[in-house]
Amino acid sequence: MTTAAMAKAKSRGDYVRIVGLIFGGIVLLGIIYGYITNPVTTTAVLASTLRQSTPLVLGALCGLIGERSGIINIGIEGQMLMAAFIAFLANVYTGNLFVAVLAGLATGAVLGGFLAFMSVTLKMDQIIGGTVINILALGLTSFFYQTGLTTQGKLQAIALGPLAEIPLIGPVFFDNPPITYATLILVMVVHYVLFYTRWGLRTRAVGEHPSAADTVGINVYKMRYINVIIGGSIAGLAGAYLTLEAVGSFERAMTNGRGFVALAVMIFGKYTPFGAWGAALLFGFAVALQTQLQFSGRLEIPHQFIGMLPYVLTIVVLAGFVGRTRVPAAVGKPYEKE
Amino acid sequence: MDKTNRPIVLEAKGLTKRFPGVLANDNINLKLHQGEILALLGENGAGKSTLMNMLYGLYTPTEGEIWIKGEKVELSNPGEAIDRGVGMVHQHFQLVPPMTVAENVMLGSEITSGGGRLNMRQAIRNVRELSEQYGLAVDPTAVIEDLPVGTQQRVEIIKALYRHADILILDEPTAVLTPQEANELFRIMRDLTAQNVSIIFITHKLKEVLAVADRIGVLRSGQMVGTAMPEDSTETSLAEMMVGRNVILRVEKSASKPGQPVLQIQNLHVHDDRGHAAVEGVDLEVFAGEILGIAGVEGNGQRELVEALTGLRHIDAGKIRIDGQDTTHFSPRQITELGVAHIPEDREKHGLVMPYTLSDNMVLNRYFKAPYAKGLIMHHDKIDENGKVLVKEYDVRPPNVHALAQNLSGGNKQKVIVAREFSSPTKLLVAAQPTRGIDVGSIEFIHKEIVAQRDHGVAVLVVSAELDEVLGLADRVAVMFDGRVVKILPIAEATRERVGLLMAGSDA
Ligand SMILES: Nc1ncnc2c1ncn2[C@@H]1O[C@H](COP(=O)(O)OP(=O)(O)OP(=O)(O)O)[C@@H](O)[C@H]1O
Ligand SMILES: [Mg+2]
Repeated sequence: MTTAAMAKAKSRGDYVRIVGLIFGGIVLLGIIYGYITNPVTTTAVLASTLRQSTPLVLGALCGLIGERSGIINIGIEGQMLMAAFIAFLANVYTGNLFVAVLAGLATGAVLGGFLAFMSVTLKMDQIIGGTVINILALGLTSFFYQTGLTTQGKLQAIALGPLAEIPLIGPVFFDNPPITYATLILVMVVHYVLFYTRWGLRTRAVGEHPSAADTVGINVYKMRYINVIIGGSIAGLAGAYLTLEAVGSFERAMTNGRGFVALAVMIFGKYTPFGAWGAALLFGFAVALQTQLQFSGRLEIPHQFIGMLPYVLTIVVLAGFVGRTRVPAAVGKPYEKE
Repeated sequence: MDKTNRPIVLEAKGLTKRFPGVLANDNINLKLHQGEILALLGENGAGKSTLMNMLYGLYTPTEGEIWIKGEKVELSNPGEAIDRGVGMVHQHFQLVPPMTVAENVMLGSEITSGGGRLNMRQAIRNVRELSEQYGLAVDPTAVIEDLPVGTQQRVEIIKALYRHADILILDEPTAVLTPQEANELFRIMRDLTAQNVSIIFITHKLKEVLAVADRIGVLRSGQMVGTAMPEDSTETSLAEMMVGRNVILRVEKSASKPGQPVLQIQNLHVHDDRGHAAVEGVDLEVFAGEILGIAGVEGNGQRELVEALTGLRHIDAGKIRIDGQDTTHFSPRQITELGVAHIPEDREKHGLVMPYTLSDNMVLNRYFKAPYAKGLIMHHDKIDENGKVLVKEYDVRPPNVHALAQNLSGGNKQKVIVAREFSSPTKLLVAAQPTRGIDVGSIEFIHKEIVAQRDHGVAVLVVSAELDEVLGLADRVAVMFDGRVVKILPIAEATRERVGLLMAGSDA
């Protein structure tokens, strides 16, 4: 490499790192300042950040498990919505929250299986396959939903003993309901599985170069099926989160585009679990901040503009500083064996 | 050496493979003995890769039996072939570009410690051991996409050895290797056979066959047409067996009659994909009616030079003129429109759109013009007509214009590109590795076409890693080394020895 090109590449990396550090520093100082001047609000905003990010992280994990194996899943929205609905019904009729969560997981998995069938077995266009799921979920849930049904209870926060007592950090991280904890654990588990295990190596190979995987005896179709099904069940968990943990009941189209934002989060997170988590937190933070600003009513700005904050902030920060994302090479292409 | 008295390790009995509309393999019988190198010859599309893919479990035979080490087997996937000791290096490398050497080697046969956790350290150690044991130099931690093709080739061989393959299928392993790398490969192959590994070796280079094979099998149009022993064969006899007619292995041409300069390159500077300086101050002129051959070991800036002058690569400094026009910052389309034909080195990436039909691929440089299009409307009947004429003229097999480019054999892909590029009006022809992976019959054909273009007054620039090809075709030879043209010789003064020395960087 010529020295000029090297210097250029290096300065680009340094630039991103420095901006990142400055940005992180400002956020940290802001949080500390906020905590000193107004501890209650600051804690509330941060706790809300985590809550807002949970379904996005889960959706992004669903997406990236699929895409790493070569299948685009734009049906996350539908998988979430359908799972939210079924989890809600399960709760209404059994009264058991655990059964309801399982019902959500299973619904997501079934829809994942359906997507895999369309894109792997039928070799359908994957965007169309995902759209089919979205339309199906919206139609079915709207049709079968009856007003007046109420859930029997909601997943409650579990404080983790003395950890929950730590100022600021305690209430934000260690006093949450189960699916929020599960999400944090899932981020780590998916990261570990994807980058440190046999399964992850094979998944990435299948998404990058399926015929290379095939020639060493890996069953490309099976890998894709299983990844999309597991991804679906994670999207199902996000749906269960919405009805059983966040809201406590079902509303028509309650996912409200989260499945699509999750896709953006996945891409901004460079198809890595921790990247997606960071991107989701940023987005969640902007949403929480926006809600707080509207709530306090102290700013003389039309609420429509405040409402844009999450989207604008996400675009500026992530598009400006994250840099190029490398997409799995074989994503979206059906694999032909012969 | 005759090794046919040794035990048979692999046998095909009456193997047939039918693709929709193509009988790729027709009742093939083949035996491979222990420790033997069986060279397999055949024209492009003869069915060599198809046969190997069946033996490796990638394709399911339509009919016939496969016997491995005395046992009849039904291979439903490559995993089952691997378990029986079959390893294969594919015509197109099967490596995952963003992964490391060690990851690629162990993929599918991973070393894990408890709970499926990859044991990278052990994998790296294993690769290092194999690389030392067989003299296959690779760095296990290097990322594949950063490696030159010769090294990638070694990774493919290590992949097979890592799986304890004792039956090794090498499908055109030397097509992308330099002569030095190829010799290195032959040394490795002989070492392996000394350890009782049996090898099927596919190539289009007859010299290699004579140098390394114990026995030779020839395929033609999906049928096994015969076997031969290297000691009883010559290049000419093998070529004839392959093609079924007499092949002229030398290029026949008269002296050139150079005219006006068509391509003028002044002090050109270009960098490669990684930002390294690749072409550092090249001056070159090619005249109408002559063939300038560029000789050089691959990776000395030839690729970047060709990409720069066809508009595919940014030019850092210097000037290019084509037919009097300054094209330094022209787009590929503008350059094509000037009458420049380009046979690119990487035919799958720059030459064809793989999921398109042959007809569509045959008009990629002119689909937007009459008679193929009018305004926004494409005239598919005209496009197909053009395809049909060219398929016939250039003998593309199968002769079906609606076949997809991705289903063609390697050599036929090349013919499609040649057909397209040679069939539009041309002033300058830039041909990079024009006969890589091509059978002798088609080489003869393509060489004839190149000479015919020259005789029509086209200026021709040929870049080839095959020294024989450059010396056979060129009227003048330019030798590239380390990003520079170190010498330009008239063909009469370009002896093998002299050019070889120049290619190696010494001043001859
Ligand atoms: N997947 C496929 N679908 C349809 N036809 C195919 C497929 N693979 C190969 N063919 C056809 O089968 C025939 C044999 O192809 P094959 O690749 O085996 O040739 P080859 O001898 O390896 O040629 P080359 O020297 O050019 O590599 C060709 O006519 C080719 O077009
Ligand atoms: Mg082949």
